[in-house]
Amino acid sequence: MSEAIPLAGKGPAPEKSRTDSLPASLSNEYQDRLLLEAMKDWEINQAVLEPMSRTGPWFWVIVAVLAAIVAWGLYAWGYQIYWGFGVAGINRPVYWGFYIATFIFWVGISHAGTMISAVLRIFKVDWRRPITRGAEAMTAFALMMAGLFPLIHLGRVWKFYWMIPYPNNRFMWPNFQSPLMWDMIAIFTYLIGSSLYLYLAMIPDMAMARDNTVRWRYKLYRLMALGWRGTEAEWHKLHRALNIFSIIIIPVFLSVHSIVSWDFAVTLQPRWHSTIFAPYFVIGAIYSGLAALAAILVLVRWGMKLQNFLRMEHFNALGKVVMVAGLGWLYFWFAGLIVEWYGNEPVVMELLHEEFIGSLAPLFYLQMTCNVLPIFFLMFKKVRTTPVLLLTFAIMINIGMFIERVLIVIGDLQRNYLPFNWGTYRPTWVEISIVAMTFAGFSLLYILFSRIFPYVPVWEIKEGRLRYTLRRIGRLLIPTAAEIE
Amino acid sequence: MKEEKLFAENSPISSNRRWGMVIDLDRCTGCQACVVACHAENNVPVVGEAEAAYGRWMHWIHIERYWEGEYPNIKARFMPVLCQQCDEAPCEPVCPVFATYHTDEGLNAQIYNRCIGTRYCGSACPYKVRTFNWFDPEFPEPLKEQLNPNVTVRTRGIMEKCTFCIQRIRQVEEGAKMADRVLEDGEIQPACAQSCPPGAIVFGNLEDEDSLASKLASSRRSFRLLDELGTGPAVIYLKGGETNV
Repeated sequence: MSEAIPLAGKGPAPEKSRTDSLPASLSNEYQDRLLLEAMKDWEINQAVLEPMSRTGPWFWVIVAVLAAIVAWGLYAWGYQIYWGFGVAGINRPVYWGFYIATFIFWVGISHAGTMISAVLRIFKVDWRRPITRGAEAMTAFALMMAGLFPLIHLGRVWKFYWMIPYPNNRFMWPNFQSPLMWDMIAIFTYLIGSSLYLYLAMIPDMAMARDNTVRWRYKLYRLMALGWRGTEAEWHKLHRALNIFSIIIIPVFLSVHSIVSWDFAVTLQPRWHSTIFAPYFVIGAIYSGLAALAAILVLVRWGMKLQNFLRMEHFNALGKVVMVAGLGWLYFWFAGLIVEWYGNEPVVMELLHEEFIGSLAPLFYLQMTCNVLPIFFLMFKKVRTTPVLLLTFAIMINIGMFIERVLIVIGDLQRNYLPFNWGTYRPTWVEISIVAMTFAGFSLLYILFSRIFPYVPVWEIKEGRLRYTLRRIGRLLIPTAAEIE
Repeated sequence: MKEEKLFAENSPISSNRRWGMVIDLDRCTGCQACVVACHAENNVPVVGEAEAAYGRWMHWIHIERYWEGEYPNIKARFMPVLCQQCDEAPCEPVCPVFATYHTDEGLNAQIYNRCIGTRYCGSACPYKVRTFNWFDPEFPEPLKEQLNPNVTVRTRGIMEKCTFCIQRIRQVEEGAKMADRVLEDGEIQPACAQSCPPGAIVFGNLEDEDSLASKLASSRRSFRLLDELGTGPAVIYLKGGETNV
């Protein structure tokens, strides 16, 4: 995005212009390039801070409903711990059920945050600016929900600390050969890394909020701003830290979902035992995560009236990335399938048979519809820039990806080498309640976050505006983009 | 003094042993006596009809029954399947807490106290012979009176599986060690082998070339279940000519 911007297209001048010297014909183009209405700095501060305190009755109704679902889910979890795992629907061939499928789903959702903020930050993509915070918060909260499941699905959750390598009198260490250990290490690393990343990028905004608020908010922001004053040295250090983090977190984010896929791929279970699982899971994670981000952005934009910041340009760009990720997912899915099909192993063929025309067929075709249809629709700019349509397709993609995980975990476990051991699976109210709890918990954390912390990274937007200036070369006014990162 | 003896160099425990089992499918009648004997010996809970129908029975050894051919030329095939005590067990490396591990004698041991119930071993096992304690075990009234004191009763939330009756192996081994004599072939009898009416199940040391199990294992009729997966099972099946059950 750092090349000079060609000038084209004319439009009516906006009512208020940031740079008065700007010719009317140029300012519209200029404004589009900035991805921002022409506003003064204090107006931006105000526009971001103001919706945070706007909590109408509906907000509290939603919070209450979500909290009730979370409370019910916690009750269900307690019920399961008290009575034993038998209250969940898993059985002998299907040792892993809904919990693990939802676990993969949440880990997948968490991938979009890094994808947006780290990858796009490294490539200096400008449209990332207003949505990085929302994406990073999504990563952190989705990982928190994902991190619950390894606990929830333990038969004896009160012994979970045996998985942690701590010194003990029996000299017992966890087994680092086990993919579950890799899993735990990867998820903890990613959770710590992405939380720090979220926090680092929030420090200047905390200072901004500190300077514009009173009472408890002031105290909170003052604490979290760590005495940020905005000196040149501080900015320099912040940028360095963010650059280092952006680069370090990318291998972590690739490894997390690869490791989740190896939980399955290292076993001998037919259809799990596949070398393509790691990239297939990663691309699926990016696909569902970006779609979830698009859905959340549409909802937050509507709920907090952030139309000035989250604009059609962002949805357009995001929709394109979702579409590309979807095509990638389709490619990996097909590459896996064609090899399995030609391999013609009896068990694998039985599983494919189950999926294509057997008992799993309804789920399979629903999944394929939900995953493939949006790819075609997202080709149209009209769809990408209409929030309702984008929301619909984003939710569709996530339904599809959730079912995909259900089919991988539950569907594939139902069949194995010895037909005597084939089985079926039905989720119980306990599993459904706990899965619902994580969805409600995620939403609750997210909307509380959006009211407590500035949802739009103000400093990033201001910085983005600084990149663009008008230079006069001879008689020509040329907008230029500067290297500032 | 006793302790010294227990860990002596030439202790029969940790000597060159590979416990194995030979199951002659041509002899098996599918009577399920081994299943009952195993339940009694190892305190395996009975889960009831509804739970069992949902795939939650906990037999450590079960008889797989397959139908062959089309009606009326139909044949029933029986195959007792228990933990195969694999050399390269898929269940072992995946356990995050070493609750399942390989012993010196080639057994896949399961440490109930250490298990936290990830059920990863159950998912990884291609034979699906590991069972999970879905609830705290319940033994209906007469069964309560016959719990084997040599075997722990497992709590809810952990995996369990066939141990080749490790308590019997240890008892005989230590008896022999105390009497200062070598183990005889056939001295150790797991509950399933002991109770098999046609004598289809033979237990023994596969490292010992003269043991009955070794001799039977080298039969032309021998095969191992899902051998192509490379798990190296210690359970060898014998299956020869036509047996019409």
